[in-house]
Amino acid sequence: MIKKLLVVLLCASGLNAQAALDPAQIRRLAADDSSDKVAAIRQITQTAEPDAVRVLKAMSEDSLFLAGDKVVIVDGDNAFDAASGAPIKAPADPESITVNNRIRGELAGALAALKLFDANVAVRLASAQKLQSNVSADMAPLLARALDKETDNRIKKLLTLAHAQANLGNADPAARLAAVKALAETSSPTIKSVLLPLTEKTGEADDKVRYAAIEAVKAIDSRLAMAENVGRAFSGLSLGSILLLGALGLAITYGVMGIINMAHGELLMVGAYATYGMQSLFRAVLPDYIDWYLPAAIPVAFFAAALVGVVMERTVIRWLYGRTLETLLATWGISLVLIQAARVLFGAQNVEVSNPSWMSGGIEIMPNLMLPWNRIIIVGFAMFVLFIVWVLMNKTRLGMFVRAVTQNRPMAGCVGVPTARIDTMAFALGAGIAGLGGVALSQISNVGPDMGQGYIVDSFMVVVVGGVGQLAGAVWAALGLGIFSKLLEGWAGAVIAKISILVCIIIFIQKRPQGIFALKGRFVE
Amino acid sequence: MRKPLIVRILSGLDTPAWIALVVFLVLSLVAVPVLHLMVPEDSAFHVSTYAITLVGKIMCYALVAIAMDLVWGYGGILSLGHGLFFALGGYAFGMYLMRQIGRDGSYQSDLPDFMVFLDWKELPWFWLGSDSFGWVAFLVMAVPALVAFVFGYFAFRSRIKGVYFSIITQALTYAAMLLFFRNETGFGGNNGFTDFKRILGYGITTSEMRLVLFGLTALALAATLIFAAWLVKSKFGRVLTAIRDAESRVMFIGYNPLWYKLTIWTISAVLCGIAGALYVPQVGIINPSEMSPGNSIEIAIWVAIGGRGTLIGPVIGAFVVNLAKSWFTVSFPEYWLFFLGLLFIVVTLMLPQGLVGLWKKVMDKKGAAA
Repeated sequence: MIKKLLVVLLCASGLNAQAALDPAQIRRLAADDSSDKVAAIRQITQTAEPDAVRVLKAMSEDSLFLAGDKVVIVDGDNAFDAASGAPIKAPADPESITVNNRIRGELAGALAALKLFDANVAVRLASAQKLQSNVSADMAPLLARALDKETDNRIKKLLTLAHAQANLGNADPAARLAAVKALAETSSPTIKSVLLPLTEKTGEADDKVRYAAIEAVKAIDSRLAMAENVGRAFSGLSLGSILLLGALGLAITYGVMGIINMAHGELLMVGAYATYGMQSLFRAVLPDYIDWYLPAAIPVAFFAAALVGVVMERTVIRWLYGRTLETLLATWGISLVLIQAARVLFGAQNVEVSNPSWMSGGIEIMPNLMLPWNRIIIVGFAMFVLFIVWVLMNKTRLGMFVRAVTQNRPMAGCVGVPTARIDTMAFALGAGIAGLGGVALSQISNVGPDMGQGYIVDSFMVVVVGGVGQLAGAVWAALGLGIFSKLLEGWAGAVIAKISILVCIIIFIQKRPQGIFALKGRFVE
Repeated sequence: MRKPLIVRILSGLDTPAWIALVVFLVLSLVAVPVLHLMVPEDSAFHVSTYAITLVGKIMCYALVAIAMDLVWGYGGILSLGHGLFFALGGYAFGMYLMRQIGRDGSYQSDLPDFMVFLDWKELPWFWLGSDSFGWVAFLVMAVPALVAFVFGYFAFRSRIKGVYFSIITQALTYAAMLLFFRNETGFGGNNGFTDFKRILGYGITTSEMRLVLFGLTALALAATLIFAAWLVKSKFGRVLTAIRDAESRVMFIGYNPLWYKLTIWTISAVLCGIAGALYVPQVGIINPSEMSPGNSIEIAIWVAIGGRGTLIGPVIGAFVVNLAKSWFTVSFPEYWLFFLGLLFIVVTLMLPQGLVGLWKKVMDKKGAAA
């Protein structure tokens, strides 16, 4: 393999008809003193000749020898002149060139830098990326040369940054100033930390450069802050999506029946455990298709939660019509039973639900801003569920009946809407949506018996803010609360954020007791 | 001429109730101390420390249950946040107990241990005066009253009611719990207050102190019952019940429900605060989990199982549920939540009037048969 590579390199050098390396320079590689060797390596690197790669590579592989006064590369039975690359007769008794750890490190750096001149774009790109975090001042000329030769725009950008970083150590203030100005365009924390010493008098003597550095750090800071806020807003969006899935069902049941289902959080839990069950099933039966467990879990979770919901409605809630406060207590009782049932069935510990492989990773938008796939997919999934619910509520007969019962139950009954059946259906639908929320939740947080409790208060707040019986209210309230709380969280900490949101909500309902989107019309108290 | 107030207050209860109350007071103020101190420990009649603490604790709960019943059973306002007022009272008195530890804490500092641990140099402003029993006794009532008044004013003014109100109270206690979990809040964070040593200089773990606390709790319970009986029979109580049953009509007659609701709400919070202050020295710990939404909902079930809209009902409910809890959590810990959950369901479905209602029904049937 190495032989082949060498041959290719040799041919390339031959074809390009480049001037061979200076033999005197090469000779110095075999100097006795390590410091001399290092100096030689640096000089050879500066030439940026393809031959330099060959020689330095040979040196790092211990196949560089000194034969008399000539430095040769010995590769098995073949031998080449190091300076010209021409094949020569294998010397009889070559003297090996010692490569200690210091030199090995120097060689590795030199070879990496020389990769910037590689013919392959991918190799150049990788090398340029590596240089972003670790550039020394004496690489500046090399980088300048690489920048000159470079044609690929992406690499050019990276090289400009690296070159600017290298130039920060330049003796000429003008060069430093230019470098600082170039770096001000970036938004990476590492560059910020490189620039920080220049903002002090001790780190930078020239006033102009120092002010430019201060400005640059400010500019980078503001961009970093923006990226952070965008990231927060996005995680708020995904939190809002989960809240939305939780609150949609709650809003429907509250709108239709006027009852608050305290066991709604536990329906999320049922959905999450259904996801866990599907994962275990796939692991046991179809281990090759394990990534598909999640799509399979969606209907299972929906129907599992809907089934629990129907049982709840038929056995308990049905008998408590008109007694909303008692329903609150009864459904709280149901939630206790469900939590304990989960503890008995699955254990009190959290169970492990892992993301399918296609949900890991993310999209990198800025150096410090990564949008993870699982959250993107959750947002998309919530939008999808919202769309389905919207169609169901606005375009189907069932939806029309549900809306009719929400607006005026006795009148709907009078014109022949089977209100009791609609109640059951609406409750099952709400429960099923909560189950879907559980699927989404299982992908980003722990699955355990108590998981529903953490979301129930937030879901209620969404219903309170959004008003009842309307999807739009729930949507705006959920996304608004999600994003608002995440932004506040970054600014003031999680607890303060939560408390101030609750205070805001209490103030908000002073103004609009029926929520953002109140149903218009007369209400019978 | 109207009868003097004190007479009217005392005439709130009928004769059988007075007899029961006197029996109760004699039992708790005379019989229990005698049986605890005089009777040897191996005797069957000896009342153990465990029993005194347990019953004392449950009497505090009963006090909370009466407070809850006043707003829910008589006012029609279901609060899911009464645990907050209970805990506020407890924390207020806990501050005093922490200061009474003095230099006996593990850091031998004038500051409570958790402050030393947080490297605080002096007491925060809200701890000012917490070494004075009188000021703290005032705080025990004033803090819950203030919180309840401010919250209630805004909530009732915008006519938030029904489940909306319940949910918001739940959010309130939840937020407070999160707040008290923070170390920076200045109330001991996660661990709350514990390791109390004395009250007014007397050791807190002595039998005498336990009996005094027990007796005080019994007195507070009895006084609350007398006061509540008068309150619900007064004109105020009548209007309150009317608001519960038909708020709009009461408004049309010319009453402003805001002040009636706000008054009973604040009184209820004060009663909870007192109960909390009596609870903390007997149990020896107060931490933010007292404010968890689950605890507050449990208060509602005590009231529901005993019987809403009666005064003896909440007391019975608190005793039944909490005795069952102590028995279950020792004998079958894993079934307690099942039992509690089913209790919530069964009581709301089958016993809307609670045990008191059931008793009345049985009595009525007997009367009809005879």
